Amino acid sequence: MNHKAGRFGEFGGQYVPETLMQALGELERAYLYCKYDRKFNDELDYLLREYAGRPSPLYFAENMTRKLGGAKVYLKREDMNHTGSHKINNVLGQALLAKRMGKTRIIAETGAGQHGVAAATAAALLGLECEIFMGREDTERQALNVYRMRLLGAEVHEVRTGTMTLKDAVNETMREWTRRVSDTHYALGSVMGPHPFPTLVRDFQSVISREAKAQILEKEARLPAAVVACVGGGSNAMGAFWHFIGDGGVRLIGCEAAGRGLDTGRHAATMAKGRVGIFQGMKSYFCQDGNGQIAPVYSISAGLDYPGIGPEHAWLSVSRRAEYVSVTDDEAVDAFYRLSRAEGIIPAIESAHAVAHAERLAGALPRDESVIVCLSGRGDKDVAAIARYRGEDIHE
Amino acid sequence: MSRIADAFGRGKVFVAYLMAGDPSLAHTREFILEMERAGAGIIELGIPFSDPIAEGETIQGANLRAMASGTDMRGAFRLAASLKGELSAPLLFMTYANPVFAYGYGKFFAECAECGVSGVILPDMPFEEQGELSEHADRSGVDVITLVAPTSGERAVRIARAARGYLYLVSSMGVTGARDEIDPGVQARVSEIKRCADIPVAVGFGIHSPSQAAELSRFADGVIVGSAIVDIIARNGESAAGPLADYVRLMKAAMDAAEPE
Repeated sequence: MNHKAGRFGEFGGQYVPETLMQALGELERAYLYCKYDRKFNDELDYLLREYAGRPSPLYFAENMTRKLGGAKVYLKREDMNHTGSHKINNVLGQALLAKRMGKTRIIAETGAGQHGVAAATAAALLGLECEIFMGREDTERQALNVYRMRLLGAEVHEVRTGTMTLKDAVNETMREWTRRVSDTHYALGSVMGPHPFPTLVRDFQSVISREAKAQILEKEARLPAAVVACVGGGSNAMGAFWHFIGDGGVRLIGCEAAGRGLDTGRHAATMAKGRVGIFQGMKSYFCQDGNGQIAPVYSISAGLDYPGIGPEHAWLSVSRRAEYVSVTDDEAVDAFYRLSRAEGIIPAIESAHAVAHAERLAGALPRDESVIVCLSGRGDKDVAAIARYRGEDIHE
Repeated sequence: MSRIADAFGRGKVFVAYLMAGDPSLAHTREFILEMERAGAGIIELGIPFSDPIAEGETIQGANLRAMASGTDMRGAFRLAASLKGELSAPLLFMTYANPVFAYGYGKFFAECAECGVSGVILPDMPFEEQGELSEHADRSGVDVITLVAPTSGERAVRIARAARGYLYLVSSMGVTGARDEIDPGVQARVSEIKRCADIPVAVGFGIHSPSQAAELSRFADGVIVGSAIVDIIARNGESAAGPLADYVRLMKAAMDAAEPE
């Protein structure tokens, strides 16, 4: 791919208030320097290994494979990372980068709370102040994670504007960044927003596919038929896809949240139902109405409840390198149960969207093929909400 | 000479921002004409967007009220067309990139020209991204107003040299909304720009009091007031015309009395 800096085809860019342009330039320069700096990379590798617990296993889900009767299903166990999801890969990188830039404070948005917890964790470890912005809908859905962030020393701001979910948390974090940019780094949690975030977050998450590719070649001596990952903003998917993009035979499949169903208007399926637009710093696909107003979206999963998608995914889709499919709440919840019972692994409800599609796919493929599912996070945080979804009133 | 240049040719300009359709398009029309009579030299008309990331709570509230009253791009164009001939101050549209992108750049700028809209301000489309607009804007003779912030550094001069209409100098860090303290560095930034570029400079963000307007008028060509006006509308609703006129007169008098640098 030959792109202008910060562009993936027509997508990407830096559509932000002027006040932030200097900070984005500073971040881009610092990142380009660190990307090739031996000491920075050694430090990051050390933290990923000794602190986050990498490499994460590529686990052969034998019981699940037997039940499906098709291709071998491998789970890339990002749920086994410290803090329980892939989010730690990105925040360790960004927190180190923030320190390199002389910043003393990080701010971040969070949906499900996974990125917020990871950011608060990295801040605690590296001695940075941390403030997290989280929509009120989500602080209610994910009360335990709110307490977890506070326990780690972060200040959590409840966002009461707009739909009070992830997109509003991003708006509020950007507003806060324009207020105080000199000592503050915005540790954006996904492959979205203005350049350089989509690129740098993807690079920090690409450790997922770097490991997975080596692991699958060691176990199977051949590349997988497909890599499947859930997509909200799309960071675990970008990380899981990256080192396979050049391998044309490997299908790359992103799973969006279809919520109650694509035709109900209650979903977060950006590639299926959105149109090209400009929002939150980037040109990409967004769920919006005919007047360009950003549409309220819905998913059972707070982490996928976002009306946009990272610009590189938009590019992978229009250039036909990756496919994007939709998975409903019901399908994801069923997969959540099945994986828990078949393998004794409780996936995050976000990741369960990918599991659901991988089951459909693997069953239809020959047994000598394999499919990698990025199990982006663990599901402890979701247990109470899933019980309520199934009609059992459990309180945390 | 363009209408914007004309406005600055007549002395210090009070630039009034208000949101279309807050509380209704008919009232917005009345408020605009009333503010012009009271001394407003340029009108910036907001068009609502669901997620106005450059705005503080006051103007966020106006966006919500305007959306609730059903205001959209078509309504804003109808309002602009209805003011043609009656409003002599230049009228500018201020909104976000996505409503304009969704409407279509070509169609949007052509209609701006037809309806007498002199300029467009898109706070989430910085200088470097304006290339995709400029062909359409130029063809229609509509100025795309660029913002310069306290953090713009060396970019400020580059932006000022390419600026059209006037330069919108953001007074201080953060989002829109009344502030008691305006960054003292603003005077130096205005002089720096004036040294390098021949463009009127209007200062906005946070300005609400006559004393601030007077102070800024010593060195800037114009003062932009948004949140204070939106707040008067929020408090007085349909009967805001009188209080708006009083406020604009007060601000303009303070500006006219200011001793030049």
